[in-house]
Amino acid sequence: MSTFRGKTFVYGDDINTDVIFPGRYLNVFDPAEMAKHAMEDLDKDFVKNAAVGDIVVAGKYFGCGSSREQAATCLKAVGISVVIAKSFARIFYRNAINQGLAIMICPGIDEIVQMGDQLEVDPTSGVIKNLTRGGERTAKPLPPFIMGILNDGGLIPHLQKSMKSA
Amino acid sequence: MGKTMAEKILAKAAKSRDVSPGDLLDVYPDVAMSHENAGLVSKVFKTIGVKKLYDSDRIVIIFDHRVPAESVKTAEGHKAVRDFVRENGIRNFFDINVGICHQVLPEYGFCRPGEVLVGTDSHTTTHGAFGVFSTGIGATEMAAVWATGKLWMMVPESIKIVTKGNFKPGVYSKDLILHLIGKLRADGADYLSVEFYGEAIEKMSIASRMVLTNLSMEMGAKAAMVPPDAKTIEYVKSVTNKPFDVVIADSDAKYRQVVEIDLSRLDPQVACPHGVDNVKPVSEIAGLPIHQALLGSCTNGRLEDLEIGAKLLAGRKINREVRMIVIPASWKVYREAIDKGYISTFIDAGAVIVNPGCGPCLGAHEGLLAGGERCISSTNRNFKGRMGSTEAEVYLASPSTVVASAIAGKITLPEVSS
Ligand code: SF4
Repeated sequence: MSTFRGKTFVYGDDINTDVIFPGRYLNVFDPAEMAKHAMEDLDKDFVKNAAVGDIVVAGKYFGCGSSREQAATCLKAVGISVVIAKSFARIFYRNAINQGLAIMICPGIDEIVQMGDQLEVDPTSGVIKNLTRGGERTAKPLPPFIMGILNDGGLIPHLQKSMKSA
Repeated sequence: MGKTMAEKILAKAAKSRDVSPGDLLDVYPDVAMSHENAGLVSKVFKTIGVKKLYDSDRIVIIFDHRVPAESVKTAEGHKAVRDFVRENGIRNFFDINVGICHQVLPEYGFCRPGEVLVGTDSHTTTHGAFGVFSTGIGATEMAAVWATGKLWMMVPESIKIVTKGNFKPGVYSKDLILHLIGKLRADGADYLSVEFYGEAIEKMSIASRMVLTNLSMEMGAKAAMVPPDAKTIEYVKSVTNKPFDVVIADSDAKYRQVVEIDLSRLDPQVACPHGVDNVKPVSEIAGLPIHQALLGSCTNGRLEDLEIGAKLLAGRKINREVRMIVIPASWKVYREAIDKGYISTFIDAGAVIVNPGCGPCLGAHEGLLAGGERCISSTNRNFKGRMGSTEAEVYLASPSTVVASAIAGKITLPEVSS
């Protein structure tokens, strides 16, 4: 994976899947349609202001709540390149990887980022640089097996690749 | 070194002899459950490029989230799943007339001790009440399970909960688990497996144990289990002929944390908006007026819950300012509640009975809240916007507290009959 550069949307702790992708849209399966409702109950301006490559930064336990993978799919469909959080809820963590949405665990991220800052993120080394106000943190590396899935673009392309080589 | 339930069950499912927390395994689940999101699963499955399901008999599909279809979009989704089920010979398909997935799975014999169960629903932890390692996954991974029979899993560390003493009258397993969530917080068991022990747990009905494992998800648990005992085995044998092996933890198993709870000091609890870990004793917020009371869901919609409600309501009326909605967890439960006269009691008291399913629990239909309204509910989530308007408030409590509040028109401590 190459370096990500984008502006940040910064949110707090315990951001749950009901505000990332509300239950009332769970019968929507088309990613383009899902993108319209991303973060709807948390930040009404998110979809309007987010551009391809932008970055979501959050506190602890991002993505807690339901198992709906639309919470990861809708962020990817909006064009979010990576979600950086102090920690993730288990199912969101799995869903993001399986959807090919990059995630990084970085406990000190809130100390160097404010809403709208430009970040430069190297997913391989884990180094996160704040281009707006300086400051740098390094995220915990993901296990190689999981990096492998992300590098292939998600679980399904990963599976197809392994079936081809088998 | 001894092993926890999670370690032993996952080792068995991965056909591996010895596993430790942190190990990444390829696990072959015995049961793979989906609900309406089977629509999404089948859509992803078709993109993989395999022609056949790995084992159609491990797949269970249960419609419950929007039953009967509340919109054309849902109707189309239901139809697509029915077509897929027919084309692929999936035998374990339960249409709109059976019940909520977490009640239907045990009723039809899919919860067998010592096995691994995955479901595309976060509250899949529920089935740990039968000693099953049971956890929620996403739709894409489920498609991979349908295709390959397996998925990757990290062996979790475990937390041991030990209760001391017994419940006071008017205090239930719902109060215990809400208290625990308040204590450990919403992420207190993230990535971890929880095991429940103690005399009160042994005495508890299976339905009450399911409340503990269902709500363990709200402290982040990957799985939550009650060690199977004679009661569990008797129940499971009454619903399936399939053989199973009971797995319990070794006495010297290593836990990340041991939490002791003295039940003699536990009072009725309520989770306040907008987080399940925002827990207070009911007495602290008693008197808050409510507009709706909901008795039901995969958490507390079983026969014993309806019995508590019906006994409190016998010969009485729900407060005029309150709408009360009752949703039995399954049609079997509904049928029994009719036979026992509970449903008549609810109707006479002024409640609305909704067909078994998720209903307003996830904000889909059948009793949503308007802005400024307050609901007391026996369900398991109170996030902002969960049951309708983002300006509404949801309080979570035991069936007893919910029904007492519906009668009083305000949040009220359950009555204790002497
Ligand atoms: S009743 Fe509520 S918590 Fe249970 S499965 Fe349905 S939506 Fe989920």
